[in-house]
Amino acid sequence: MSMSTSKDIAIEIKGLVKNYGDKQAVAGIDLTVSKGEIFALLGPNGAGKTTTVEILEGFRNLSAGEVKVLGFDPATKGEAGRKWRNQIGIVLQSTIDAADLSVQETVKHFSHYYEKARDVDEVIDEVGLREKAKDHVRNLSGGQRRRLDVALGIIGSPELLFLDEPTTGFDPEARRAFWELINKLRSEGTTIFLTTHYLDEAEALADRVGVITNGKIIEIATPATLGDRANAPARITWFENNKVNEIESKNPTSEVQKLISRFNGEVPQLQVIRPNLEDIYLRMIGENR
Amino acid sequence: MNTFKLGLLRGRMEVKVFMRGRESVVFTLLFPVILLFIFGSVFKDTIAPGVTFSQYFVAGMIASGLVNTGFQQLAITIPMEREFGTLKRLRGRPISVAAYFIGKAYLVTILMILQTILLLVVGATFFGLELPNQSSKWLTFTWLILLGSTCSTILGIAFSVVPKSGRGASAIVSPIVIILQFFSGVFFVFSQLPIWMQHFAALFPLKWLTQGMRSVFLPDSFATQEVAKNWELGRAAIILVIWLAVGLIISIKTFKWSKE
Repeated sequence: MSMSTSKDIAIEIKGLVKNYGDKQAVAGIDLTVSKGEIFALLGPNGAGKTTTVEILEGFRNLSAGEVKVLGFDPATKGEAGRKWRNQIGIVLQSTIDAADLSVQETVKHFSHYYEKARDVDEVIDEVGLREKAKDHVRNLSGGQRRRLDVALGIIGSPELLFLDEPTTGFDPEARRAFWELINKLRSEGTTIFLTTHYLDEAEALADRVGVITNGKIIEIATPATLGDRANAPARITWFENNKVNEIESKNPTSEVQKLISRFNGEVPQLQVIRPNLEDIYLRMIGENR
Repeated sequence: MNTFKLGLLRGRMEVKVFMRGRESVVFTLLFPVILLFIFGSVFKDTIAPGVTFSQYFVAGMIASGLVNTGFQQLAITIPMEREFGTLKRLRGRPISVAAYFIGKAYLVTILMILQTILLLVVGATFFGLELPNQSSKWLTFTWLILLGSTCSTILGIAFSVVPKSGRGASAIVSPIVIILQFFSGVFFVFSQLPIWMQHFAALFPLKWLTQGMRSVFLPDSFATQEVAKNWELGRAAIILVIWLAVGLIISIKTFKWSKE
């Protein structure tokens, strides 16, 4: 596939390298994200996640390789760069900026930057800040401020949205509401590039996940198949002899069958536990340290 | 929207935020007025028949107001905006750095106009300040304010890369401004300062702004009391333009959106 011809590609990365002095933060990454896809980049702190995202966002220059975002080199400056930024939404990791400006004034102000800005009140509604619209940013809680960041990320109706750990500091309810918002954006055709520490979030949202450690992507797969998850052994636990017993098996169904015939019916406290994405992820990270 | 319009939009937003911050209003906007109250109440003497100390002091206060609202304010707030991520957030937007600069210049100009009006009104009402009655003096006054506030804004942006953190910025910037104020004849009569102090001050814009403002507020006969026996307005303009040009080049070359 050649880099500039495909109209269905949102992000294309080839041989991306980023050095800071002697240290290699990104050590050769290849990745393609399709338009309309939600892609999650997972990895421990210091793995090269943020560096990669910031190169895609045009905040950092690359040392080697080639990067195209919406068919465009993110490092482009000037008028052409600003045209490109019109189609990009960025939600940064943390801004602790606390202005004496209301939520509505802030979103309204940022809406003027964009050629095809969305309706201000609609965006405020969508991130669940309607009741706080008149409150000053200074007086918002951490989670509310994060939602404002998201509002500022989507106000320009971006084709591609970068979300860097978007739900850090959210309570469970706010996270669910946020996921709904992301799914709504997906249904509208927005491509989303997400980094997160929450594996359940990646599982709930992402079409594909990539795992990065030591500056390299070690696997890209759907959440269901990452790390050979579909074939990974399951844990079976039950209660017997006054304690919880546990076995691991690649064929849990036949193990359960054996238990049923041994107990001649009901197996006390029977559980079959498939490894969740977090188990798989931690195993992958552990192997690659 | 084009860069200039976006800059004005940012400027109006910055003014709104500024006016809502109690600390910034008191310590940046009202501080020179407070100083005028203190100095005006302490030094009630006349420095010549019919010319009060306030007449001398207001000239210095307006000039140093240009340095306070521009250079000092920006050299302190921009490092904070850099640290808080305000600037990084802006960088990801379809907005040019020029629009950000224009917004800051707009803020400084509005503050300067408000501050000058306050100083003139308070000076005239309480401390016998006499306003100039020649249009040529008002012309000098106008170009000094415009050139001075632009120069001060640009130098504030240029200097904003020096403080290593937002919190430390004020500790670096404030002493510089206070020393310059003392050396430039804001608080004392310039010609009575030690010669080395005069020479040092002559390198920086504040001395020239103060001297220019004296030409506006003091009688023409006072020109002979200046070190050069002359208001030296032409030289003041040249020095301000040089500083403006140097500041602009440094700003463009060194401006950073984030701390790294």
